Amino acid sequence: MQPSRLVVRGGLELDGFSPSWQQGQTAGEVVFNTGMTGYVESLSDPSYAGQILVFTYPLIGNYGVTSLDTWESDRVQVSAVVVSEVSLNYSHAGSEESLLDWLKRQNVPLITGVDTRMLTKYLRTKGTMIGAITYGNSKVNLPQKLPVSKVSIASPRTYNPKQHKTVILVDCGTKLNILRSLESYPIKIKRVPADYDYTREDYAGVVISNGPGDPLDYSKTVEIAKKALELGRPVFGICLGVQIIGLAAGAKTYKLPYGHRGHNQPCMDNGEHCYITSQNHGYAIDARSLPSSWEVTFRNLNDDSVEGIRHKTKPLFGVQFHPEACPGPTDTAWLFKSFVDLL
Amino acid sequence: MRTATPPRTKIKKVLILGSGGLKIGQAGEFDYSGSQAIKALKEEGIYTVLINPNIATVQTDGDMADRVYFQPLDVATVEKVILRERPDGILLGFGGQTALNLGLELDQTGFFMKNGVKVLGTPISAIKITEDRELFKRALDEIGVKSARSRAAATVEQALAAARQVGYPVMMRSGYSLGGLGSGRIEDRSVLRKRAAEILGVVPQVLIEEYLEGWKEIEYEVVRDIAGNIVTVCNMENMDPMGIHTGESIVVAPSQTLTNDEYHRLREIAIKTVSHLGIVGECNIQYALNPITGDYRVIEVNARLSRSSALASKATGYPLAFVASKLVLGYKLHEITNSVTGTTSAFYEPALDYLAVKLPRWDLNKFKLSDHHIGSEMKSVGEVMALGRSFPEALQKAVRMLNIGASGLTHHPFAIKEPLSEIKEATDRRLFAIVDALESGRTVGEINRLSGVDKWFLQHIAVVVGLKKKLKKTKLDKDLLRELKLFGFSDNSIAATTGLSENDVRRLRLKFNIRPIIKQIDTLAGEFAATTNYLYTTYHGLSNDVEPLSKKSIIILGSGPYCIGSSVEFDWCGVNSVKCLRSHKRPTITINSNPETVSTDFDTSDRLYFEELTLERVRDIADFEQSEGIVVSVGGQISNNLALPLHKFGYHLMGTSAEAIDRAENRQKFSSMLSSMGIDQPEWQEVTTLARAKSFAKSIGFPILIRPSYVLSGGAMNVVGSVEGLERYLAEATRLSPDHPVVMSRFITGAKELEIDGVAENGKIRIYAVSEHIENAGVHSGDATVVLPPQRLYLETVRRTKEITKKVVGELGISGPFNIQFLAKDNDIKVIECNVRASRSFPFVSKVTGYNFIEIATEILLGEYTPESYHTLELDHVGVKSPQFSYNRLRGVDPVSGVEMASTGEVACLGDNLYTAFYNSWMSTDKRIKGKNIFLSIADDDKHKIVDEVRDLHAAGWSIMATSGTHEYLKSYGIPSRKLFKISDKREPSVVTALNKHQVSLMINIPRFQNGPHEVSDAADIRRTGIRKDIPVVTNAEIAKILMHCLSGKPEVHHEPRSWQEIVKGEPGPEKSQ
Repeated sequence: MQPSRLVVRGGLELDGFSPSWQQGQTAGEVVFNTGMTGYVESLSDPSYAGQILVFTYPLIGNYGVTSLDTWESDRVQVSAVVVSEVSLNYSHAGSEESLLDWLKRQNVPLITGVDTRMLTKYLRTKGTMIGAITYGNSKVNLPQKLPVSKVSIASPRTYNPKQHKTVILVDCGTKLNILRSLESYPIKIKRVPADYDYTREDYAGVVISNGPGDPLDYSKTVEIAKKALELGRPVFGICLGVQIIGLAAGAKTYKLPYGHRGHNQPCMDNGEHCYITSQNHGYAIDARSLPSSWEVTFRNLNDDSVEGIRHKTKPLFGVQFHPEACPGPTDTAWLFKSFVDLL
Repeated sequence: MRTATPPRTKIKKVLILGSGGLKIGQAGEFDYSGSQAIKALKEEGIYTVLINPNIATVQTDGDMADRVYFQPLDVATVEKVILRERPDGILLGFGGQTALNLGLELDQTGFFMKNGVKVLGTPISAIKITEDRELFKRALDEIGVKSARSRAAATVEQALAAARQVGYPVMMRSGYSLGGLGSGRIEDRSVLRKRAAEILGVVPQVLIEEYLEGWKEIEYEVVRDIAGNIVTVCNMENMDPMGIHTGESIVVAPSQTLTNDEYHRLREIAIKTVSHLGIVGECNIQYALNPITGDYRVIEVNARLSRSSALASKATGYPLAFVASKLVLGYKLHEITNSVTGTTSAFYEPALDYLAVKLPRWDLNKFKLSDHHIGSEMKSVGEVMALGRSFPEALQKAVRMLNIGASGLTHHPFAIKEPLSEIKEATDRRLFAIVDALESGRTVGEINRLSGVDKWFLQHIAVVVGLKKKLKKTKLDKDLLRELKLFGFSDNSIAATTGLSENDVRRLRLKFNIRPIIKQIDTLAGEFAATTNYLYTTYHGLSNDVEPLSKKSIIILGSGPYCIGSSVEFDWCGVNSVKCLRSHKRPTITINSNPETVSTDFDTSDRLYFEELTLERVRDIADFEQSEGIVVSVGGQISNNLALPLHKFGYHLMGTSAEAIDRAENRQKFSSMLSSMGIDQPEWQEVTTLARAKSFAKSIGFPILIRPSYVLSGGAMNVVGSVEGLERYLAEATRLSPDHPVVMSRFITGAKELEIDGVAENGKIRIYAVSEHIENAGVHSGDATVVLPPQRLYLETVRRTKEITKKVVGELGISGPFNIQFLAKDNDIKVIECNVRASRSFPFVSKVTGYNFIEIATEILLGEYTPESYHTLELDHVGVKSPQFSYNRLRGVDPVSGVEMASTGEVACLGDNLYTAFYNSWMSTDKRIKGKNIFLSIADDDKHKIVDEVRDLHAAGWSIMATSGTHEYLKSYGIPSRKLFKISDKREPSVVTALNKHQVSLMINIPRFQNGPHEVSDAADIRRTGIRKDIPVVTNAEIAKILMHCLSGKPEVHHEPRSWQEIVKGEPGPEKSQ
């Protein structure tokens, strides 16, 4: 380990320690996640691409890195990791390596020994900020703006090829558990790049995935989604996907001060039924901007923000949370079935 | 914040069942849950009626329920109260298993339905499923949820068939009566055939169970509303895997070694199961989780608030009991505000940014002959919870909180000869055995194989052990000191290893600016701003979450873990002191470490530090808060012991000076003070050699009370009756040396014992209450049956004790609470003990007299007391306090009260005369007399005391059985009895046969005066058998006498229950008040 430092815009500097292989400077948008488990899933979640992820739970790495089928993509997506204490000794029968080894293999830096609660309170008050990890006495140059992170499949790929009905999965950085959830139904899945136009193809429905960043950076995807909405076949958006549907329907999105990232986000539907949901988003749909043909289906119980929308007459809908869970609670997994039933 | 809609209930009056006296398996956690329920109900304008004989609880205070019945928790009493009060609803989920079982019994007879009483919350039908193994298993099968497989077998063939179904390896258990003999893992058919044949030769039935030992034990706390909204508030992981009761396990929250998949798979099953059962309110669900395959079994669901839910509530900050109370009234989760944040709703799952570690507190040393192994039955009497941001930090804190003389993991007082064997067959000190094994070079892998404890936990302990080694070899610089603090080492432990003094280490630490950081428990990991006043300290941090509260704030030291001698009564004292301070507009700060308390509730104090009650931590907090003063006199002995050191380091103590406390606590100083004032006391001497002990014994004569300062085995205190006894005791039980002196004092037999509880101001008594013990001196005051006001004392005795009290109080200059204990024999009064702090009996004397002694004491501490006159001697009613024992939980323990305290709790009842109060009080300690058959075996010295009462019983239709001596004695007085032979006589009809055939409904077994520390005898076996058969066993002559009087149908024993408000406050009964 070597002494290291996390510098966050606004003047916060926190000392810590990092593995000795790390060097240079790593910048990213500093965001926090309040989940108490599921760090493997979070770190490999493409929605975190380009971000420095702070875990508010102080002990990370306890059970090592679980097997590939628990990952949400084929690699670690975050640009860096901030923890209070990284577990040097992991213990789990199903794990093959330690968190530190994994991060090293994936070339992703970590800083440990940080007062993550203090940092979280800072981000909560000031909003998510650009920050960087650095070592020794080197001076930090925090970038003004971060490059847009895009994660998508390079070319289409098909799953469950023997099935008849085709569902298009628009991959804006899809978590693999969305794919796994869909695969468990008797449907063919065609996973396509974010800017792939599928609207002339023969398909039964569309799922627009989660992904990193601002939905406004996905203009091509929104254009294509507009056409899909008009076609009227079922469309289901998850996280970034619902924001894209919202934009395609004519609504506006905005940046949340510090986002929703955790496994305990309470949401209520219109029938006063409540669900605990897993979330990871920094943007949301502005309810007031929603066209009259659309309605809000879920709201966040904490801050009343929009957590789901649907078209009043057509099979078009989406949710801001992650029904596929992983990490987090599985309370809303039934949404996949609702979607499949519409096909 | 959600706007709360009005409740959907028309309920106006609710009866709440409490849990009675504290006992092993059911401690103070139900004071917490009941108190929260009462508050939640009152907030809705609901009239609350409470039945609970536990007088030392906060829930039975005058400002809590509208009506409090100090009455036995039995069917007959509850029925009477219901007919009297006519409630329209009843809560069964807030008084532990006691309340739940009572509810089931009452429902069975249709009593609730007939009388229009609605069971609020989880329907009875669902409770029944959770309480019945077969129904439960069937319900889980319906939704495809796995439960542990188990089959009973009465023959070898059945056992083999059962094992075939369950699958090898199996766990075979034999019946309770054999003390776990024959339980164990069975690998295959041939072994089972052999072992089952052996066991079935002695017991009628064995259980063949799925072998789950070594599986992880995980628990989820769940709340669900009437609309089916459901959350899991918390999950917890036992460090000790399956095989050790959760109550005996080291528990962490949240789980540490579960992957996301495991965590959420079990969470999903919890939701599915609890929804299927139809629980409304709170429940918990326990799992076994295979660490290799990830397979699981549901072990049980408890459809009520529990010890675990109290722990979960304190660990997360989520007010489970309060929310559960609102849910049973028909609120939905999202309609209830999260009282911690004030901004979010109760429909959420707390995110922790720290972890909680619970350690059980055992007191097995207090029970002679008690087996120290732990397993599937509970033996611990209390628990502590520590919060920290690393596992070693929290674990080491928890170790210190236990108050067992350990300043950390690596600094414990036990000499463990064979750590590996105590790791394999877990004992109450397994944690320290693990430390010792690691210190002696054993590996984590080895210990993991022996204990099944996950390596993650062990590796952390190994790091702590390694750090101690490093400290031994390395100079203590800033970096090392910080590292040690990060891993939870106390200044004290560091001092012990380096040879510095604790204060030197502290000074060095402060010089390096290494201080604990204060963090909030906000239930949301900092995601939202919270107004929480719930705090802990950690070295894993840079910035404090809070500023000091106020220069005018006052710190109250709580009671720490429940143990024998310090139970819920001190939590009552602390809470009442806080209440009083707050009513005087003083900001209050409570420090306590016990999750089973009301004092650690989120709404009790202005600020709560869930922290160690150690000098180091109290100083840390006091330095930070800069409070006006510290109250050390309401938390019992732990806080009292901090008085002198705190004073020495310049902290301001409220009330009686530290010097005065020391003069009362220090035997030598107190004794010379009494002598100089001409106050009598039993002769005593401190000795360090056997010769000295013998010569002192010779000078005062036997029997002699001995208190060693070092205990090898058995109880600490004992009485010896002869030189041989003295020699044997000093050889076996202690190590006599100049470092380990023994205090010997004259043991006065046949004397009455009385106590004065009081409050003084600047050496003047402001209020006092005299109580007498029913038992003669020789029974520890904590195990005695106490009567207030005294019914059998001479006025002269009372007058003279008061005179002595006045002198002692004046001499010590007491300002605050005190308690003095006396012996009275033939007009001769001796002082035995003086405590310059609130005593165990404060809640009792406060509630019986109707004057809150703690409130008066607190006002005096503040200097805001206005003198009043009180009447505590002439009352129109009598209060009787009885000890609650837990002998049925401790196999091998002889249930005889002696000089060492053994009771785990207490109850008290009020009546218009002694007999009514006594009888109800005695019955309230879980006594059930099923029939009119009494068995008597009375030591010669005591036979004459009870003849009249036995005659009356006989006249009242009781049939009498007796051992030969007692039989002959009764015969000589013309009282017929059936003679029973002792076990060693090997003749029928024997006592054992009578017990086994359920022919005995009450056992009076008065032993001969004890001689030596170990009582192994026929009589002890008979008593133990009685306890095991759930037969009331009376072992004291004075108690036997008054009990038999009550049972002989005398008209003065009244059975109509009346509330405290009617008896003490003179309020009208329910008929008139409504």
